[in-house]
Amino acid sequence: MTVSTATTNVAKLEVSREAGVVRVRLSGRFTLDAGLPSADDVERALAEAPAGTRVVFEPSGLEAWDSALVGFLFAVAGHAAARGSAVDASALPEGARRLLELALAVPARVMAQEPKDDALTARVGTVALRAWRTASDALEFLGETAAAAWTLARGRTRFRRVDLMHAVESAGVGALGIVALINLLIGAVLAFVGAVQLQQFGAAIFVANLVGIAVTRELGPIMTGIVMAGRTGAAFAAVLGTMTVNEEVDALRTMGLRPVEFLVLPRVVATALMLPALVAYADLMGILGGTFVGVAVLDLGAVEYLRATQSSLELRHVAIGLVKSVAFGVVVALTGCYYGIRCSRSAAAVGEAATRAVVMGIVFVVIVNTVFTVLLHVAGL
Amino acid sequence: MSHPPLHVEVRDLTLAFGPHVVQSDLRFGIRRGEIFVIMGDSGCGKSTLMRHMIGLNRPARGDVLYDGEPMWEGDEDARERLKDRFGVLYQNAALWSSMTLEENVSLPLAERKAMDADDARAVARLKLALVGLAGFEDHHPAEISGGMRKRAGLARAMALDPEILYFDEPSAGLDPLSSRRLDDLILELRDSSGTTIVLVTHELPSIFELGDNAVFLDAERKTMIAQGPPAEMKQSDEPKVRAFLERGRL
Repeated sequence: MTVSTATTNVAKLEVSREAGVVRVRLSGRFTLDAGLPSADDVERALAEAPAGTRVVFEPSGLEAWDSALVGFLFAVAGHAAARGSAVDASALPEGARRLLELALAVPARVMAQEPKDDALTARVGTVALRAWRTASDALEFLGETAAAAWTLARGRTRFRRVDLMHAVESAGVGALGIVALINLLIGAVLAFVGAVQLQQFGAAIFVANLVGIAVTRELGPIMTGIVMAGRTGAAFAAVLGTMTVNEEVDALRTMGLRPVEFLVLPRVVATALMLPALVAYADLMGILGGTFVGVAVLDLGAVEYLRATQSSLELRHVAIGLVKSVAFGVVVALTGCYYGIRCSRSAAAVGEAATRAVVMGIVFVVIVNTVFTVLLHVAGL
Repeated sequence: MSHPPLHVEVRDLTLAFGPHVVQSDLRFGIRRGEIFVIMGDSGCGKSTLMRHMIGLNRPARGDVLYDGEPMWEGDEDARERLKDRFGVLYQNAALWSSMTLEENVSLPLAERKAMDADDARAVARLKLALVGLAGFEDHHPAEISGGMRKRAGLARAMALDPEILYFDEPSAGLDPLSSRRLDDLILELRDSSGTTIVLVTHELPSIFELGDNAVFLDAERKTMIAQGPPAEMKQSDEPKVRAFLERGRL
């Protein structure tokens, strides 16, 4: 039996079976740019041959070779070994023969793997167990942070003031630009949308009420929370994740210093302090955005617009927004720090920690906002 | 002849991550003032053993005793107190990157010994001078070479005058001269202050130059297969240990 395969127009493979021997003739160019030749024909020939058949390579017509040839030989040697067949590589070019011997020198390590259970119940169980472990781990982290906050409240500060100041700068002043831009645009968009509806009833001036209340009570805090989750939460996760990878967090532990006190607490305190300030700024920017639209599109006077805002805006709306922002700050910083400090030891894990910090930070901001909204509704505020 | 009591004792220690056992039934002792080497092939769990000895990972079974006091039997406060007894030089030095070298060394002094800032700075300068880094106090870790980072890490590990110093692959990533200088520094430290030194390494020159005693961990059998002075281990019954120490083939 002879099977002839031209894998490309430059590499040719001829497999023939004789008594006790599978002969593999190689001719042409066995190079990577021509692709790796398939060992299927040799495998088929071996499968049809009786046990103990030898594989003999005959490279008489071989013009050029590189790793493509060695890869092919390695695959054939694997098939031969699986069937208990010997391989005669003596006629091969010396370099290829030595590379093949080197590749076969250390037997492939057989890893004992647990049988994988693909049943739906098993998969649901695995996901549930993982979720349970994450939840209990997150709870432990929250407990540690609460204990550290209690230590701080009793005046036994263990973190460095300079770390707090850096976090304040990063979570506060550093975020002014992006918070201003986002909220200015949100105020303007809201005014546009409101104007289209309210103008139909000749009530364009009420755009000021809409923008004032919506921005201070809901949109200012939530947009700032989301911006901070993407900016500061990710930064915390990346910094703490890198410190974990570099064993800096371990170094703190072996020095008897608690990472939660030293690394997490200053960041949580700084973000919780800075968020209300940023939200107050965001409120102003949102109203300013609304004013631009009121003046430029609705032909309202700037003073008239601001007076309408002032008369409609009660202090409680602003206060509710500011109180919520403290909770957003805590949630964003805790989420970023949690994923950073629980990061595993690789560069890819740092990226993953930052991504999760952003996604979960945004999710938690929205959840906390919803809880506030429901509670305030029940309380009649 | 009576032996001095053990400074560190590893008793029936099994290291595991969930169901995956890394090493099991480890038993050895380290005497006060000796340089003890933990060696073995790559991936055998040398650094993992060190992490269990310094309290970063809880063992699946067994304990580590410091002057007879168990690390894992007691509560967390007891464990924290034990940590004051040792310093650690990590493989990549693990200096806190946002701080200067002086701040890196003075932080543990200020926090653990409640020293005032000026005193802590003065001791930090001394420790940095001891490792040949006088004048680099205000540098950040990113501004100095790998060898200097290792020495700064050593200065920080020595900050609290520990009784025991752990070194995780101290020569990793260093040129032969820097590696030799670090070895000399380790010997000098032991000879001048009597510090017990535990060295995790597979660098043969360091093993023979420094080691008084050693243990060999095997990745395949997942336990220790030899212990004793490195020079004597060359005649071990275990072919793998002989081959490792002779840098030869099995």
